[in-house]
Amino acid sequence: MLSRVGDSTYWVGRYVERAENNSRLLDVNSQMLLDLENRSEETERQFWLPILSTLEDTELFRQLHPEFTAAAVLDYVTFEPRNPNSIQSCVAFARENARGVRDQISSEMWEKINGLYLYFNDGTAARDFRASSHEFYDKVTYASQLIQGVTDATMTHGEAWRFIQAGKFIERADCTSRILDLKYHILLPNGEQVGGNVDISQWMYLLRSCSGMEAYLKIRHGDVTPWGVAEFLICHGEFPRSIRFCVDRLDSVLHDISGTGEGHFANEPERLSGLLRSQLDYATVDSIFRQGLHEYLDGVQARLIELDVAFHCTYCAY
Amino acid sequence: METLFSNYDPGDFFDEMFAAPGEARPHYRMLLKRAGEMSAEDFNRKRQIAERSYLNQGITFTVYNDKQEGTERIFPFDLVPRIIPREEWGQIERGLKQRLNALNAFLHDIYHEQRILKERVIPEEIIRSAKHFRPEFMGFDIPKNIYIHVCGSDLIRDRDGRYLVLEDNARCPSGVSYVLESRMTMKRVFPHLFARYGVRPVDRYAQDLLDVLQHIAPASAASGPTVVLLTPGIHNSAYFEHSFLARSMGIEIVTGADLLVQKDRVFMKTTKGPKPVHVIYRRIDDDFLDPKVFRADSLLGVPGLVEAYRKGNVSLANAIGTGVADDKVVYYYVPAMIKFYLGEEAILPNVETYLSAVETDRKYILENLADLVVKSANESGGYGMLIGPHATKEEIERFRGLIEADPRNFIAQPVISLSRSPTWCDARMEGRHIDLRPFILCGEEVRIIPGGLTRVAMRKGSLVVNSSQGGGSKDTWVLDGGDVPC
Repeated sequence: MLSRVGDSTYWVGRYVERAENNSRLLDVNSQMLLDLENRSEETERQFWLPILSTLEDTELFRQLHPEFTAAAVLDYVTFEPRNPNSIQSCVAFARENARGVRDQISSEMWEKINGLYLYFNDGTAARDFRASSHEFYDKVTYASQLIQGVTDATMTHGEAWRFIQAGKFIERADCTSRILDLKYHILLPNGEQVGGNVDISQWMYLLRSCSGMEAYLKIRHGDVTPWGVAEFLICHGEFPRSIRFCVDRLDSVLHDISGTGEGHFANEPERLSGLLRSQLDYATVDSIFRQGLHEYLDGVQARLIELDVAFHCTYCAY
Repeated sequence: METLFSNYDPGDFFDEMFAAPGEARPHYRMLLKRAGEMSAEDFNRKRQIAERSYLNQGITFTVYNDKQEGTERIFPFDLVPRIIPREEWGQIERGLKQRLNALNAFLHDIYHEQRILKERVIPEEIIRSAKHFRPEFMGFDIPKNIYIHVCGSDLIRDRDGRYLVLEDNARCPSGVSYVLESRMTMKRVFPHLFARYGVRPVDRYAQDLLDVLQHIAPASAASGPTVVLLTPGIHNSAYFEHSFLARSMGIEIVTGADLLVQKDRVFMKTTKGPKPVHVIYRRIDDDFLDPKVFRADSLLGVPGLVEAYRKGNVSLANAIGTGVADDKVVYYYVPAMIKFYLGEEAILPNVETYLSAVETDRKYILENLADLVVKSANESGGYGMLIGPHATKEEIERFRGLIEADPRNFIAQPVISLSRSPTWCDARMEGRHIDLRPFILCGEEVRIIPGGLTRVAMRKGSLVVNSSQGGGSKDTWVLDGGDVPC
């Protein structure tokens, strides 16, 4: 497979996943806002600031929007074309990359990706957003899932497919860590205790944003605790949006690409994914909280960035 | 009852479907009968289905305007097919084969003995001054001695329905993907009509093209040559076609940056390291192929590619230097070439043409600019052209200046009243002018896709069918039965 094709398919995987996760993130934050008592412009501001910090997008936002409002944040993360991580930009990049490798992906995939792009481009997306932001974000999430499903069902599970999977899982691991990190940035309202009602309902929203509520409740029998949720979203081995699950898959698919047996490594990305995988395999929630949840997640994100760079250097820009 | 065609006016033109108002030609009768059972709403619904499917599949081309950014548009597609009876097609096919054989013989001659110049059939000056003549390749033997592997010669019909050759495209003719896609769309939209009509299939094209490309592989690639398609990239207006063809042939589509040349051999950069490449179907003009040899500022090409080609380590389709054959001044001499190389009369005549390089012709051209079509020798896509009767005084004077300054580079032709075909415009059927671009492949033998791309000038009265100028397309049906079905 051409290196350029490898690069593009990897980014198709990443951008589709990123569009979905940004939708989840904005949706969950909008929902949390509804539970807020004594809403004022100031409290709303405090509520939206974390979204920008967790996406590391504050600087460009300030340049574009001297005034900080909830609507401005939503627009910036959803539609702003100058923000390379806005949902609309992610969709456009996914489509641009897919267009360059149309001969490698299935026609069905292309049509779904192109369809999502047209949805944003012809103004339907903006209309839907104004009508109901919740339904709009749901639609984007659904469109991304459809693309991923069609990818699995119609594309040969060969090298190009594996590059898409690598992109998808590295992005999803990163996004789950950011969604979880959101909790660190959100301040509890005055007089609320850690472990109190508001705190717990916020953890529940995090679970929902990862489609993890029902799975969590089955496992924990209704007992929602901060460390329970963190453990579930970081360490659970079978929940498909947990960081550990994503890194397991990433590690396997990297080994499939090179043909090296798991547990060994033939190149730098495999060494890094193996390292991260075993750290997650042997992590406990106690050790994570001792280190500090935010610091731990920061570390995971740094490892994922290293992995991305190594992957690129090994397969695409040698 | 009012039907789709009941108010149709064929006008004072050769109409493909109607010999006279209300009187359909035999091979269109079944279509007319079917259309009689369909209301305007039914038809519109089918049209929307077709358009939606084009947009969703991304079958678009890019139009460039004064702003830097190109916009993507779907190629307007008209649902009324153009139908060609079997006998008529047989004649076209023989004419095109003859023409391609002559053009290939001409290219070989021009790059070797130049007999046709020595015997003064074509003035030497014309070739020497041709923009796309590549004297660097004199005496160079190319694989299997085939220069033009893919040719698109545009045909039109005059007022009497006679087929004439308007121009030859011997470099990178495009449009075949629309032929294949529009056929798929038509089958989906009119399945019953298709089954009854007996239309010759077009879907062998990709396999035929791949056969041609494999046929010219260098001997060094004994077991299974690697064939790639070289594209300028996703921003090129024909990118959809490039990707479509690569997919249909199951070959890699590459950009210049994906290729590298080491020791006069071409490789593509893959995730598993460099891999040898033997045949390149290039959709990039000569000028951009290799910055070491042609335009140094080209970012699209591959440094060292031409040297690898010269050494015989990689084959190119089409060959370098074919552009001299589609120079519009050289076009004038094609009937003479056919006679010279094949000893035959041209089966498909040229449009009557005047060369402004010839003094008597030039005088005539300058005196009659308002009635002629003037074309510059090396422009395509409907650019660099004057249609006298539709032009303003200023445009006419501008062309007068251009012709006087550079007579070598202009030709003129009478305005041909192109044939028309019923076309759905503004919710009714109206006659619109059409042409035909067949696609001719030359490998072990010459093969022609039955039909080709029928282009239609969507604007009322317009004679310009190019997609960049608001042209659309129609599916072209070549019938396989001798009897016309009814």
